[in-house]
Amino acid sequence: MRTARDIAAAVNAGTSARIEVEAALARAKADPNNAIIRIHAARALAQADAVDARIKAGEQLPLAGVPVAIKDNLCLTGVETTCCSKILKGFIAPYTGTAVARLEAAGAVIIATTNQDEFAMGSSNETSAFGPVKNPVDPTRIPGGSSGGSAASVAAGIVPLALGSDTGGSIRQPASLCGVVGMKPTYGAVSRYGLIAFGSSLDQIGPFAANAADAALALKLMAGHDALDSTSVAHDASAWDASQTDVLKGLKVGWCPAHVAGLAPGVKARLDAAKAALVKAGATLVEISLPHEQYAVAVYYVLATGEASSNLSRFDGIRYGHRTTDAANLGEVYAKSRVEGFGAEVQRRIMLGTYVLSTGYYDAYYKKAQQVRAKICQDYADAFAACDVILGPASPTTAFKVGEKTADPLQMYLSDIFTIATNLAGVPGLSVPFGADEQGLPVGMQLQGPMWSDGKLLAIAGALEKLR
Amino acid sequence: MAISDQNVRHLAKLANLALDDAAVARMRGELEAIVGYVEQLQQVDTTGIAPVANVAGLVNVSRPDVPGHMFATKEVLANAPAKNEVAILVPKVVER
Repeated sequence: MRTARDIAAAVNAGTSARIEVEAALARAKADPNNAIIRIHAARALAQADAVDARIKAGEQLPLAGVPVAIKDNLCLTGVETTCCSKILKGFIAPYTGTAVARLEAAGAVIIATTNQDEFAMGSSNETSAFGPVKNPVDPTRIPGGSSGGSAASVAAGIVPLALGSDTGGSIRQPASLCGVVGMKPTYGAVSRYGLIAFGSSLDQIGPFAANAADAALALKLMAGHDALDSTSVAHDASAWDASQTDVLKGLKVGWCPAHVAGLAPGVKARLDAAKAALVKAGATLVEISLPHEQYAVAVYYVLATGEASSNLSRFDGIRYGHRTTDAANLGEVYAKSRVEGFGAEVQRRIMLGTYVLSTGYYDAYYKKAQQVRAKICQDYADAFAACDVILGPASPTTAFKVGEKTADPLQMYLSDIFTIATNLAGVPGLSVPFGADEQGLPVGMQLQGPMWSDGKLLAIAGALEKLR
Repeated sequence: MAISDQNVRHLAKLANLALDDAAVARMRGELEAIVGYVEQLQQVDTTGIAPVANVAGLVNVSRPDVPGHMFATKEVLANAPAKNEVAILVPKVVER
């Protein structure tokens, strides 16, 4: 698979975008992993022709003719967008989200929609109404989740670039398990307009790519304030790139002993190798602690479900989506449409969110979780006073088997143990591949940095790629 | 944390989910396990800590109050499961 930058350079030099897009459409059609759930051939070819016309007219575009796949929770005008849920079957998005629109303006062509956990609630892509995605490295294993289809479509070489969303690790964990780069930007870096909301104080859109430089290019183009999302922040991202050299010399790399306990041996071995490689390249290791990180999963399952129960109240069978045919009155339209349309995991989280927000429990759970979130934010601030970035595993294990954790929701939740605190603190984090375990399954290293250190993290990831 | 079937039915009503008896029983066990796990938050001393709702540090974001893009009636109705030319249709809510 050529890089996004190589494709853009070729198209800018006169190669036809249509040919690039036709080739990607053929690869998407042949996808053996259930990573791609919808192909937008006619729309993509029209977009490719438009890119070719712009190049002919003298424009140079940073993503000229680059085929991109997007997660099924990102709206694209005129295209079915369902969050891989039965409740949104047939929903045609009336507008395109800002992040996607910015990539299109830069010459990218959206060729397909990718599979995901229903409403981004899952860590293995097994809650999708379209069935599980297979990990391209080993089809008996899950690709991670919730953005499993996006990770798998890049890992399989269908597209050089894909978009996902990350509420508690939904980009970084599948990136790690599939062996690609995946990044959750600083909260507020990328507009959430057109992203179907899950946990609004945690959600961020981010890129998947085969390498850090492509991820940096996509992120820099998507980032920036957007009047349509009042939580997006005006911050200059133009210097974010992964080509910065000598970024490792003198770098203070924090690592947390608590991250090592309980790691799968193959993951631990790669973490040790990454540490050694960084030291050899001139970085120094600093032992840090994040004393409240142990509570992150508990905080997350209070706050994210509370926010989700509110955000998902809009799906009631009235304005869009599934409506029951078995209702005697309006109340039954709501309650039956929702129970018919939402899958088990989504219903579970709506119920939990309703519980933590209900009278009598709000202070004990929701407010308490918001307070512990403040402690987690403070932990990160303290850590970044002592180090520049935090290195650790993105996932405690490599890709697990299909069906291995579906029986126990809590065990599934714990597979996000290293990625959730990042979202709670709002800081940026990415996963970059760093070799494989003894079975040949990819291992990703997670890098986390202070707010707005996105460019630096990508540069470090770019340097790490050369050391693996 | 003990959760009763009655608690689950009340939550289901608040959440607008028409759960049947089997779903109520299953949900009760699952919620008890997860809420039991979440109980560990009570161990953390949060005296005097202000709750965090936004990590980007934004306060009172405002924008000019000017009309922007509006969707036409046809676009607004496009995804509705039941509609006529100008409105979304729902079961009768007022009996007379």
